[in-house]
This record gives sequence, C-alpha cells and structure tokens, in this order.
Amino acid sequence: MIKIKDLHASVEGKEILRGINLEVKEGEVHAIMGPNGSGKSTLANILAGNEAFEITGGSVEYVGKDLLDMTPEDRAREGVFLAFQYPIEIPGITNATFLKTAINEIRKYHGGEEITAKEFMAMIRNKAEILGMSDSMINRYVNVGFSGGEKKRNEIMQLLMLDPKLALLDETDSGLDIDALKVVSEGVNKFRSEKNAVILVTHYQRLLNYIVPDYVHVLSKGRIIKSGGKELALELEEKGYDWIKSEQLEENPA
Amino acid sequence: MTNSSKNIDVRNWYLSGFKDFESKLNGESESYLHLIRKLAFEKLGNTEFPTMKNEEWKYTNVNPVLETNYIPAFISEKTVITADDVNERIYTGFDCYKMVFINGEYSEELSDMENLPEGVTAGSIRKLLKEQPEIVEKYIGKNLYKENAFNLLNSAYATDGIFVHAAKGVVVEKPIQVVYINGSKDQNLLITPRNIFAADENAEFSVITNHSGIEGKSYFTNIVTEGFLQKDAKIKVYKLQNEADNAYHIERAEVDLKETSIFSHYNITFGGSLVRNDINTELNGEYCESNLYGLYFGSTDQHIDNHSLVKHMSPNCESNELYKGILDDSSRGVFNGKIYVRKDAQKTNAYQSNKTILLSDDARIDTKPQLEIYADDVKCSHGATIGHLDDTAYFYIISRGVPAELAKSMLIRAFVDDVVGKINIEPLREQINHQIFEHLHRVEI
Repeated sequence: MIKIKDLHASVEGKEILRGINLEVKEGEVHAIMGPNGSGKSTLANILAGNEAFEITGGSVEYVGKDLLDMTPEDRAREGVFLAFQYPIEIPGITNATFLKTAINEIRKYHGGEEITAKEFMAMIRNKAEILGMSDSMINRYVNVGFSGGEKKRNEIMQLLMLDPKLALLDETDSGLDIDALKVVSEGVNKFRSEKNAVILVTHYQRLLNYIVPDYVHVLSKGRIIKSGGKELALELEEKGYDWIKSEQLEENPA
Repeated sequence: MTNSSKNIDVRNWYLSGFKDFESKLNGESESYLHLIRKLAFEKLGNTEFPTMKNEEWKYTNVNPVLETNYIPAFISEKTVITADDVNERIYTGFDCYKMVFINGEYSEELSDMENLPEGVTAGSIRKLLKEQPEIVEKYIGKNLYKENAFNLLNSAYATDGIFVHAAKGVVVEKPIQVVYINGSKDQNLLITPRNIFAADENAEFSVITNHSGIEGKSYFTNIVTEGFLQKDAKIKVYKLQNEADNAYHIERAEVDLKETSIFSHYNITFGGSLVRNDINTELNGEYCESNLYGLYFGSTDQHIDNHSLVKHMSPNCESNELYKGILDDSSRGVFNGKIYVRKDAQKTNAYQSNKTILLSDDARIDTKPQLEIYADDVKCSHGATIGHLDDTAYFYIISRGVPAELAKSMLIRAFVDDVVGKINIEPLREQINHQIFEHLHRVEI
C-alpha cells in the first residue's frame, strides 16, 4: 500500500528524518516506537501532508501514486487519515457538520453521491456505540470542552466514519487511562481489515497489548534502527531504548 | 487644502445651514430639544473636528468625512422607501416590534409597534416630544459629557430617533427591531439619529438596531445614544451595522447603570467606509454588570474604529468586554478599550480582550487596551492578540478531506463563535453567520 524510500525531512533547517525506509501492505499493522524527539510523529505528519515540515529527499509511493505530490486534502480523499496527537477544537462547527462535510468531499472526489441524513445518522450512532460515546456528542462542537480522553476517542470516531485505507495513529494512547485505552483500541481493531493498514506511532508498549502489531520498528534520530515482530515491543519495554542504542553502536562502530 | 482650513470650512457649512434648518422646524423650534440644538450650535462654533493629533483619534483620520458638504436629511428631498425595501433588510425568523427610520426620520406606515405591553413608551422621539414631552425631556442630553464636534453636530441637527422607556417591573418579551434605511440617489445626506433607551427598576427590554443603506451618494450617519438603567433593570442592544460601502458611520453611546442592573451591547460591524463607535458605560451602583461584545469584519479599504470606556464608579461591579475582528484586503481596524476603576470601587471584576485575525498582508489593526485603576482590591485583566488563521487547525481540517477554502471558513466561524454564541436570538445568529461569509467573500459553512 505504501512504500517509503530514503525519506529525509527537516524543520527550520534541522534534519529530523534521516533516511526512512518502510513498506506497509494491506492488512498489516506497523508500530513505530522510539524515544521523544526520534521523529516518529514527524513521519506520521509528513505522510498526512503537514507543511510545517520540509521534505529534503526520498519518495513515498501510496497505492501506486506519488504521495508527496498530493495536497493534504487529496491524500485524505485517497484514504490517508491521521489521528492527531493533540486534536484541535473547532468552536461553531458541530461534529455532525464536520464529519458530513468530510464524508461528502471524499465521496465527491470519487464521483459518489452525497450521504443522506438518514444514512449518516445510522452510521454515526453505530460508531458512537462502539466507542461508548453518547448521541449528544454529535451536535457538540468538534472537541470543544472535551477531555483529553474524549478528544482521542473522537479521533477514532472520525477514523471509523471516514473509513480510510491507511490510518496513521499519532500517540493515540497518550493521556488515556486504561479504560479509555481499551475503548480506543477496540475501535481501531474494529477498523482493521484485509483492505486497510495501520501505522501507529507510540512511545510506550502498553497500547500494543490491545492493538497487536504485525511489525515493530524502532526509530532513533530520524532512522529506523531496528525492526522485528511484536515481541520487539516487549523487549523494548523491558530493556529500554538505551539497549538498542548501545546495540547499534556495537554493530556500527563510529 | 490644509487640514485646519478644511476643518473650518466644513464647520462653516454646518453652521451656515442651521438658520435654514431652524426655519423649517415650525412649531418644534419651541421644544426642549431645540434648546439643546441651539446650545450645541453655539458650541460647535468653537469646537474643532478631531484630528489625529488628538490621542482619542490617533489612528483614525476623519478628513474623508469632512470633505463633503452633507445636507441635513431633515431639509433634504425625501427618499421613497417601500415595505419591500424594509423586508429586504429586516432580520427575520423571530417575533419583534418594528420601527423604521428613513434617513433618520420615523416612518409610521412602515413601522409596527402594535400591542406594546402597558408601561412601555416606545417610538419616534420626535413624535413623543410633541405628545409626552416630559418623559423625553427627563432623559435627553442628560448623559452626555465631554462632547466632541461630531456629538455637537448630532445635537445641533437631531430631529428624530428611537425612544424606548419601560416602567417599573415591565418586561418586554419581544425585541424591538429598528431598521434604519439611509442614503439618497441625488444628495449627500447628514443623518443624525438621537436615541434614548431607559429602563426603570426591574424593567427589561432588547433593541436590535439594524443600520442599512441604499446604493447612491455617500452619506454620513452620526448617532448619539443615551442609556439609563435603574436598579435591577436589564437592557440588551444588538447593533448590526450594514451601512452602504460609501457611507460614514459614527456613533457615541453613553450608558448609565444603577445598582444590580445589567447592560449588554453586541456591536457588529459589516458596513461603512469609515466607522467609529464610542460605547461607554458608567457603573454607578453596586453589583451592576456591563457587557460589551463586538465583532468587526473589514474588507476592501474599510476603516473600523471601536472605542470603549467602562467606568467603575462603585464597588462590587463586573464588566466584560470581548471584541473580535477579521480584517481582509487593505482594511484597517482600531480598538481602544479603557477600563477606569475609581478609588472606592473595590472588589471590581473587569475583563477585556481584543483579538484580530488579519487575512491579508495589507490589513492592519491598532489595538490599545488601557487600564486606569485607583482601587487596590480589584481583579482586572486585559489582553490583545493579532494573528492569522491557525496553521495547525487548518491542517487538521484539510487532513479530513475538506477543501482549503471551506477549511478557512470553518476557522473563521470558529474564531467568531464565542461572540456570536452570546447572541441568544438563534435566527439572528444564523443570519449574522451568513453575513460574515458574504461580507468576507468566502464560502459559507
């Protein structure tokens, strides 16, 4: 689904990604782990088209297209979705208006019909139930007055409603208590299918108990320094990031 | 022509027109209002129009207003306005009383003030001066101090305006919507509404002033409004200013609050080439509340200046002020909000905030919050921000597939929501939201 080749990116002249290579296929879940400042959130943001970062090299092929050449809007319409680490509040715009607008824009792009009010309500009620959200949130302004956990839940609500091909989850677990973590994970697991893929970015192994990845990659200083199966996450949890860094040093002596 | 000679010329124009104006007043030249007019006329002879050297007018050059010799509307040729013209402009979707003023003069036939509750006197101030002079004379001119040349010009030529008085304990459920239709195809008009809002003990009412223009010659609306709230009274004024693009609009409002009364003013500017509002409240009793909310939307080369002065004269009062604006093209905004707390006005809570978004590199705002506090046990805060639409929020919205232009409209709506949300007449809110996008030439959301 997505092939990232030698991706380099910087912000304000400082290089943050220094040659990322990653391939994700349909049906797979990849976890990207790493210490703070390793570049994992940057990677998720760049794939979604955040222009705060400058791409200085490399390529990204997504469903056979040049992803980096597409506007953020078109990426979304082609099925890329980023669940934000810090979701934004939009006063004056209800969740219903926001989601309906997004769904219709995506449908329009693919030459489809607008969603009917009935279809939309049925869909949103169904998703709200999965996430243990009340119907009343539908008419509340996007994320306004929501707690940190509710905002994260609302991101997953958007994920389920927009049903993308590639979901990028940026620290979706941060700020969640264990109950909220379970609900959010269940939402992501409901989303998983043979047709889509998930790249989740996290600092902690905890989330991976609930969303079990097929691959785990460790990012450090803008490079993937180790890849493995789900057991790599447990090993990381036990030994800490320093373990890999020192292992790397032995493999690649300066 | 130099500024000072222009200043003298235009004053001479208004002063020399006064005799002709006076001669057409007929019986009204005997009224109390005429005493006010004559006094103002005398003072105007010695008062210069403000220049940018004056601290209160530092960012607003009034020369464009002084360049044209405006004809007082009272002595001008009459403009014909139909019920359709009113219907095109009136805010709909809710029940209200209706007052219509054409170039500042009340139109009985286009207005609908039927079935006012007992104890309410509302209508044309000119008519009421003839019918019940004592009730109007009690208020008119009583709240005006430190008049500048514009206020004097209003006083000298004022003939009509809104008068609303609610007696003790009377609550007027429906708002009174006042539709001003201003301008002429043939003449440059000076329009001088003179308004009084007075609520006795425990009385309540709301007024929507809807200022609109017709396409034609440039005109100059120059308003003076006085407000009087007795104990426990509540007045809400929604000012929705949609004057013509080539119009000038100046208003001075002075409001006096007695104990536990609440005055709320919602000041929304869309129209006008040069706009200046002075909205001043004086809290003259304990536990009263002044709420000043404003929105200003500038496009093309509009100049919108909002001044306010909140005077805390008594202890335990609260004042809130929130003004927000969006300026596009080469429009310009000015915000100058002053909070004054007298020495014995202890336990004052005063908040003030001004936020502006600039949508273009050529737009500009000068914002100047001022605190003058002589009491020591007070909570006062003020802040001002100037910025652009938030990049992160913008990215969030477009990352859901929403087109760029619609995303910007969502951010505009998000920005104004806390002020628009304070208007508790829902259909009015919706119409204002619509106007915001129309005025800024943006996609509606």
